[in-house]
Amino acid sequence: MMPSVAFTSMLSCAVAVSTVIAAAQTRDPRRSGFEDMSRESQAMQRDDTANPGMFAVLEGEELWRAKVGSRKTSCADCHQNAEVSMRGAAARYPSFSTAWNGPVDLQGQINLCRETRQNAPPFPLEGPELLALSAYVGKQSRGMSIAPPDDARLEPFRRQGEALYNMRQGQLNFSCANCHEDHAGQRLAGSLIPQGHPTGYPLYRLEWQGIGSLQRRLRGCLIGVRAEPYAYGAEEYIALELFLMSRARGMAVETPAIRP
Amino acid sequence: MVRWLFLIAALSVAPPAIAQLRAFAVVGDAIPQSLTGQAGDAARGRAVVTDRQKGLCLLCHTGPFPEQRFQGNLAPDLRGAGSRWDEGQLRLRLVDSSKVNPSTIMPAYYRLDRLTRVGGAWQGKPVLSAEEVEDVVAFLLTLKDTP
Ligand code: HEC
Ligand code: HEC
Repeated sequence: MMPSVAFTSMLSCAVAVSTVIAAAQTRDPRRSGFEDMSRESQAMQRDDTANPGMFAVLEGEELWRAKVGSRKTSCADCHQNAEVSMRGAAARYPSFSTAWNGPVDLQGQINLCRETRQNAPPFPLEGPELLALSAYVGKQSRGMSIAPPDDARLEPFRRQGEALYNMRQGQLNFSCANCHEDHAGQRLAGSLIPQGHPTGYPLYRLEWQGIGSLQRRLRGCLIGVRAEPYAYGAEEYIALELFLMSRARGMAVETPAIRP
Repeated sequence: MVRWLFLIAALSVAPPAIAQLRAFAVVGDAIPQSLTGQAGDAARGRAVVTDRQKGLCLLCHTGPFPEQRFQGNLAPDLRGAGSRWDEGQLRLRLVDSSKVNPSTIMPAYYRLDRLTRVGGAWQGKPVLSAEEVEDVVAFLLTLKDTP
């Protein structure tokens, strides 16, 4: 392997990310799921050449430039260089969409652009294209602080998310807070219960052997307590994400992260 | 044909059959009488406790199960449960532990009301059947040694 500039910049980037995380640790009781992973998984997340989530990012970069729809337009035609125009975008989603007249998550926004700007059909939720594009856009915010917008129109939805987070549900009758507030750091059978921060999505989960969205993660938690999962794209997931992002304000975006 | 379709439609909207829970009486902090009228089987009870799809106990509890690799630590060790509690107290703790501690996280294993958004496959069913509850009670009573 060539000792290239790319390699050294990657290394310094990894060091920067870990310094940010270490600094956060001393002042702040919040912990990303990253901190509780094995050394191997942490190393995999830090090293872009070993992180399988990077395949989705590369695929997303191609989709960014692909001319599609009846207007034959690409994302790049409107937004040019994603490294500039999309920097920080993922850190402030879900946002209020005037077109939609409600909150949208990043994937919802990508699909709104498909429909209204590109005249192309929306991508299926949780499909490989939408995951790839949101991983590519998300990566442009890596290392930046989660910064939910100060937008009063989002507040009722954020509060709805908070209520859902505290609501017991399912046959086993748990709320998210029962696990992620009251018992974070303890073991549910073999799994360490994380604080449940949405810092790394979409991410590569070893158990899935693939990349998935925050909604897929929440679906897993709901099925775990034997509750009826909401359908992909449901307003409940957007509300929960708004609440989780407000709870994680100031934590670093890790997309595409690795999780066990 | 039309009628057949109608029947299917009717079936799919009908509420899931509610499994009837057997009647039981709570006396103080216990359910003194067996739910089935019979004593449970401790060996079957052990199998329910260690089954991760059925009893789910080891998600939260540890206990004297050397063959079980992953045991949770959200709840007290089950060792000695049979000396701390009598049969009726153990039965109430399984049937509905919220009767003893209203904010408990331990699921109610034999209760159908006061639940929200139960998943389709689980609707109208208690987590354990009356027989299984009795088997688990019989097993817990054998756990005399405190860690
Ligand atoms: C019974 C316990 C339990 C409940 C209830 C629960 N979770 Fe989780 N959650 C977990 C565990 C354990 C993990 C870690 C992954 C694993 O091992 O399955 C996790 C992972 C997560 C993560 C991923 C964190 C990361 O670092 O990527 C998020 C976000 C999350 N949960 C949010 C929620 C929300 C929101 C709810 C309610 C809708 C909820 N959880 C309900 C146990 C629970
Ligand atoms: C989701 C967590 C959870 C699960 C699953 C669970 N429990 Fe518990 N259990 C608890 C907690 C927490 C307590 C402590 C008292 C309380 O908060 O109600 C407890 C208390 C008990 C006690 C009294 C302990 C003592 O001696 O002081 C017994 C006995 C018991 N559980 C048995 C079981 C059995 C048997 C199962 C499975 C069929 C089970 N539990 C499943 C959380 C759980």
